[in-house]
Amino acid sequence: MHLLDNESAAAGTRSAALSNASSVPGIPANQAPPTMDHLDELEAQSIYILREAFARLKKLALLWSLGKDSNVMIWLARKAFFGRVPFPALHVDTGKKFPEMYAFRDRFGKEWDLDLRVEPCPPIDAVDPTLPPAARSAARKTEGLKWALNKYGFDGLIAGIRRDEEATRAKERVFSPRGLEGEWDVRDQPPEFWDHFNASPPQGAHLRIHPILHWTEADIWAYTKREGIPIIPLYLAKDGKRYRSLGDQDITNPVASTASSIDEILDELENTKVPERAGRALDHETEDAFERLRVAGYL
Amino acid sequence: MNMILPTASISATPNGTTRPQVRIVIVGHVDHGKSTLVGRLLHETGSLPDGKLEMLKAVSARRGMPFEWSFLLDALQTERDQGITIDTTQIRFRTRSRDVVLIDAPGHAEFLRNMITGASQADGAVLIIDALEGVRSQTRRHGYLLHLLGVKQVAVVVNKMDRVDFSADRFKEISDEISAHLIGLGVTPTAVVPISARDGDGVAEHTPRIGWYKGPTVVEALDALEPAPPLAELPLRLPVQAIYKFDDRRIVAGRIESGSLKAGDEIVIMPTGKIAKIKTVESWPVTPVHGPQGAGRSVGITLDRELFLERGDVIGHSGQSPRDTRRIRARIFWLHDKPLTKGEQILIRLGTRESRATVVAIEKAIDPGALSNEENTAIARNHVGEIDISLAQPVATDPYTDNPRTGRLVIEVNGRIAGGGLVLSVDAGRPAVPIDIVPVESALRPDERSARYHHNGAVIWLTGLPGSGKSTLARALERRLFGNGGSPILLDGDTFRAGLNSDLGFSPQDRAENIRRLAEVATHLARNGHIAIVAAVSPSTADRAAARRIADSAFREIYVATPAEVCETRDPKGHYAKARSGGLPSFTGITNNYQPPTGNELTIDTSSRSVSDATDEIERMLATTGILFDELTDLAANI
Repeated sequence: MHLLDNESAAAGTRSAALSNASSVPGIPANQAPPTMDHLDELEAQSIYILREAFARLKKLALLWSLGKDSNVMIWLARKAFFGRVPFPALHVDTGKKFPEMYAFRDRFGKEWDLDLRVEPCPPIDAVDPTLPPAARSAARKTEGLKWALNKYGFDGLIAGIRRDEEATRAKERVFSPRGLEGEWDVRDQPPEFWDHFNASPPQGAHLRIHPILHWTEADIWAYTKREGIPIIPLYLAKDGKRYRSLGDQDITNPVASTASSIDEILDELENTKVPERAGRALDHETEDAFERLRVAGYL
Repeated sequence: MNMILPTASISATPNGTTRPQVRIVIVGHVDHGKSTLVGRLLHETGSLPDGKLEMLKAVSARRGMPFEWSFLLDALQTERDQGITIDTTQIRFRTRSRDVVLIDAPGHAEFLRNMITGASQADGAVLIIDALEGVRSQTRRHGYLLHLLGVKQVAVVVNKMDRVDFSADRFKEISDEISAHLIGLGVTPTAVVPISARDGDGVAEHTPRIGWYKGPTVVEALDALEPAPPLAELPLRLPVQAIYKFDDRRIVAGRIESGSLKAGDEIVIMPTGKIAKIKTVESWPVTPVHGPQGAGRSVGITLDRELFLERGDVIGHSGQSPRDTRRIRARIFWLHDKPLTKGEQILIRLGTRESRATVVAIEKAIDPGALSNEENTAIARNHVGEIDISLAQPVATDPYTDNPRTGRLVIEVNGRIAGGGLVLSVDAGRPAVPIDIVPVESALRPDERSARYHHNGAVIWLTGLPGSGKSTLARALERRLFGNGGSPILLDGDTFRAGLNSDLGFSPQDRAENIRRLAEVATHLARNGHIAIVAAVSPSTADRAAARRIADSAFREIYVATPAEVCETRDPKGHYAKARSGGLPSFTGITNNYQPPTGNELTIDTSSRSVSDATDEIERMLATTGILFDELTDLAANI
């Protein structure tokens, strides 16, 4: 098996975490509720957001990129809805992902009982030729997303972006309105406070919903470990390199690392000063390439 | 080259270490140096990624500009061009004992909505003031908004001390002015710190240039701010987000805003006042969860009895429930282009409840940035005020002084958030009365009844003008269903008015209560397998919607749409004649206040068809919507 089942590795921590939430029967009647740690707080907030999205939008889909973040997001959705994900998991497939990613998708799409929709992207010729090469390649995904939106008429797309990943993502709202062409108007974002969300997209437009916007890279790993969420082994170091972020094969590079377990990844993150998306070519082509992608509707 | 925020200073607690995390917003007038302070803080706390400083300096050189610390945050192209922060950005770093999430919020008045978005997430705030310019309109406005947003811990930073030669007198002048302003709002500053963000004085270290200052540095002041206080000590508040029926469990889902709950607790569902017990606390992957669950958890519970509740209801403990009200006094901030005026129709969001509402009075309207509090009659954009709101339906809420989580509301206009504020007081209809009753459950199961009657329980609601034929149809339907072995029961509006509802008149409130009682009785019958046939004029759309909420999935609405002139010629009870002679002032037949339904299950015009023909059609509707079924049908499918 190419996939890493870290359930056995995490078994100890997992049962410890569960007993935190579910103590044994026969406890005293007026026992104080268990205090929430940082991961508990993040989880509760994300579940709240997912349930708000499900209550307030008509046709939702969750964007499953197969990476560590969207896997956590699916796990959170299963928690929010008591074991099932009540909307489709959409994989907008560039056709250029790593074989390990496809194997992961095929296995866990079934095991997690997902309503999996795999949608293709248009050929590179159909994409804005003024973008630098890697960004242009990534922009295929934006086009594929538009196709899928037109095909199914989703009014809400749940996406696993995080504020700490990248500066333009830090500007995002939890419920982020998109224009008719899927574009993002960063200059006219509606106010959003006290967990009240703007959930009325204009006719024909859609909302992006970001349930893990407030998580960090380390939060994702710590939670993945605690919950025993399976991961793609490419994240773990082999021959002195590992992937910190997974994208298309031809525009994603591994970073130097010796971290071969989640614990070692967490140690590494404590000390690194290398940004998470350092291996993503499209972020570094020009000063504003990523921003241009996002304004046009990229994740 | 793209700008990337530091991931070096991750605030997670990877190996189980727990450091308190505080979220801090930096606010103040435009150009007073917020972003510069943030850039400097990142540098002083060693939080910048390798090469960042060099990269920024290179970018500055390429643009022919002197290096600015604020470039670090103003990462968007558009921002660098304009030189102002347009949205809120979050970054993280560590002080001695805290993980700090810094929220940088724009100072430009144009972007107040972004400042509010950022500040609403904060445990504490840093209010920055330019030593040269002193307290300005946005300084005052942000101070006021911090109070409205419930941010109680505010540290004041007097920046650009280098521009006033580090004058202790100038510092004291500003310190006194802003302290007085904040204390007037009920916010006592935790510290007032003189600094030069550009040069670093007072940020992480005391320097000789501010030797006269003995208080904390900015980093020390941040270190002293506390995380949000726990809400577990307050009474239980669980706003219902949704009811899930993914399997045989009926799970009520929501986040505990305050207090705690556990299986076996006796609860009250507001605003209806229904009581139940928590049967289980559900979870995944392990369920059920034993022991109490506290404030902040997103939970799912099942109840010990079937009762109707919906998104927006608030669950509390018996004797400590929130109040139900249709009238609220609120202190709000307003962000919409069009000023808020008396009489305006708005949408209110309170927890998970949304309700249409009317602004019945503007008690105060002021510009929080202005020096003098000039009173206005409308609340302009970026201004604040106090308003009285009348809600279209009852809601459960608390004054914010009792509960900061459930005592705040948001106002929406055209589907976009336009303002928000605090619930100052509620005009309580009913106080939170503990209802000390234990409903006895039926000895029979629903499937036993439906096996006998060949139908499921239902509420058939016939609405229409007086004389439209509701009672005639109701009686014909009753006879038909009974003849087929069913158990129909007729609930006639006039009959009820003679007994159960004899205390009610014809005011809108009394009509609403009349309908509510009819719906409650009918729903009780439906839950016990009978088909309750309600014949009532029920002219108000809102009242019928309330009836549908009570009966839920059992509700079938039939609009008896006989033309008004036909109804008047029939006049079976002589009401039209009496009304025409002035004897019945609020008679629906001639006042034209009947609101025809939309979304009803069936419409029947009795002027153009026979009674038996109409009854056939009602039967067909009941069959296709799962109330009536043939004997051959698998009974289990209908239960």
